[in-house]
Amino acid sequence: MTMPQAELSSPQPASWSWAVGRRALTYVFPFVVVAGIWQIASLFFPPFLFPSLVDVFKRCILIFASWSEFSDVLATVGRILAGLAGAFIVGAVLAVMMARSRAANEFLSPILTLFQGIPALSWVVFAIIWFHGVEPRIFFIMVMTTLPAFAFQVLSALQAMSRDLMEMVMSFRPNRVKLFRVMIIPAILPDILTAWKVNLGNASRVVVVAELVGATGGVGYELLQQQQVFDMAGALAWTLQLVFFVLIAQGVLTLIENIAFRYRAVSERSL
Amino acid sequence: MTTSQPIISLKQVSKSFGKAGGASSYTAVDRLDLDVGRGQMLALLGKTGCGKSTIFNMIAGLTEPSSGDVTIDGRNPFRDFDSFRGKIAIVFQGDRLLPWRTAVQNVELGLEMLDVPAEKRRTAAMHWLTTLGLRGHENDYPHALSGGMRQRVSIARAFATDANILLCDEPFSALDEMTGRSLRAEFARLVKQNGKTAVFITHSINEALEIGDRIVVLKRPANIAVDLPLTSETTETEKLAIRNQIQGVLAA
Ligand SMILES: Nc1ncnc2c1ncn2[C@@H]1O[C@H](COP(=O)(O)OP(=O)(O)O)[C@@H](O)[C@H]1O
Ligand SMILES: [Mg+2]
Repeated sequence: MTMPQAELSSPQPASWSWAVGRRALTYVFPFVVVAGIWQIASLFFPPFLFPSLVDVFKRCILIFASWSEFSDVLATVGRILAGLAGAFIVGAVLAVMMARSRAANEFLSPILTLFQGIPALSWVVFAIIWFHGVEPRIFFIMVMTTLPAFAFQVLSALQAMSRDLMEMVMSFRPNRVKLFRVMIIPAILPDILTAWKVNLGNASRVVVVAELVGATGGVGYELLQQQQVFDMAGALAWTLQLVFFVLIAQGVLTLIENIAFRYRAVSERSL
Repeated sequence: MTTSQPIISLKQVSKSFGKAGGASSYTAVDRLDLDVGRGQMLALLGKTGCGKSTIFNMIAGLTEPSSGDVTIDGRNPFRDFDSFRGKIAIVFQGDRLLPWRTAVQNVELGLEMLDVPAEKRRTAAMHWLTTLGLRGHENDYPHALSGGMRQRVSIARAFATDANILLCDEPFSALDEMTGRSLRAEFARLVKQNGKTAVFITHSINEALEIGDRIVVLKRPANIAVDLPLTSETTETEKLAIRNQIQGVLAA
């Protein structure tokens, strides 16, 4: 009898915080399970195989606290973002060319597909042979490995654009810049954000390989150091830095999505 | 009837789809001659699939005829595409609103292409939204509007640019009878009031009779079957005769 009364007094905040709490819980739960299994394993195996999570956590704190180590993380993050930005710009330009001209599509498509089949490690070798300097090499590797995906994703977004809406906008006879601003960019933005999310994951996996080209800093370099001294806790702590970065970046992209796509109808019954 | 130079002129216009002259090619419009006078409200009537939208797209300059000439004010709407900026406004079969823009932003679209300053744009857009009874909905996104409201927004969008030529491709066919009728009357009034030349495509005899001051009935592939002028003096009995005549043509 008193329950509805209590609900009535403050229905909004209560249900809101409950919803947020539940969402946070469902988000965290899988990580808790993985961490739990690891921690149990650490009880049965020596630390150089499965170190305790406490040790890993301590190493993470050390990385955060030391500027020289944290700057390694930032260097790697910078390389990921620079590579993605480069690949996105080149990929978008190629995609627009492919969408506009059949010949360009027939020429570029197989080349990009071919690139997709080349392992990251091969690009590392090519980069070492072709380029001097660590940063140009890494940038080259990052661009080459993420370029095809960006190009194909932007292309398919362009091709999936509504022809009816395109025709409607064309009937107002926009100039090229306005056509992009008014129609093309808003229409493909959702797919572009998805592409960034996907490629972010790929890039953060490739970057540590790219850093084998002789980087004297960065997460890849640090991982190599840990391997040489068989420091599993260190290796994990450094790996986690990248994982944190990807999670944060994905969160930022999701936030942008939520703000930019408020115009979408939400069905109360969806998938 | 207008006696001056026609504003829209189609001469021996044909349009085929598929490989030109090939076995798979399909002729949607066949050597069509059609002149539309300034200030005229022409209803183009024909069964679905007879090539109405194809004619419409050629007049709008969105597709090029396979042969023949389309001219508007003496120029080619397809080749001199940019020179018609702000001169032709279109109401499509569906509302075709940009989902990422609010109602008022959708109405402003054509004015943006004409580089009208933001403030004037907003004023003009609000004027047309108000005229079409959408005041209070200006900040709604299309998904939050009903079908009739969305089509109203798209009419406001067409009127906002103040183009002299209005092209409408079955703009009310997706609406229910009641909504369609009231919008139709509203639309006809606005066209006359603002002195526009309008080509109005429809498959409904009622709609053509209600709206047009000239009705052109199309055969299939599109060519003129009958060309009927209407005036305000046309009596109900005459209209009934016209209706029967059109029905006869369409049934043939
Ligand atoms: N882009 C196109 N490619 C091939 N055939 C088309 C195309 N557009 C229209 N058609 C054909 O031309 C005919 C006329 O189409 P349309 O002009 O849309 O008719 P309506 O608007 O009168 O219903 C139809 O048979 C249709 O299949
Ligand atoms: Mg049609």
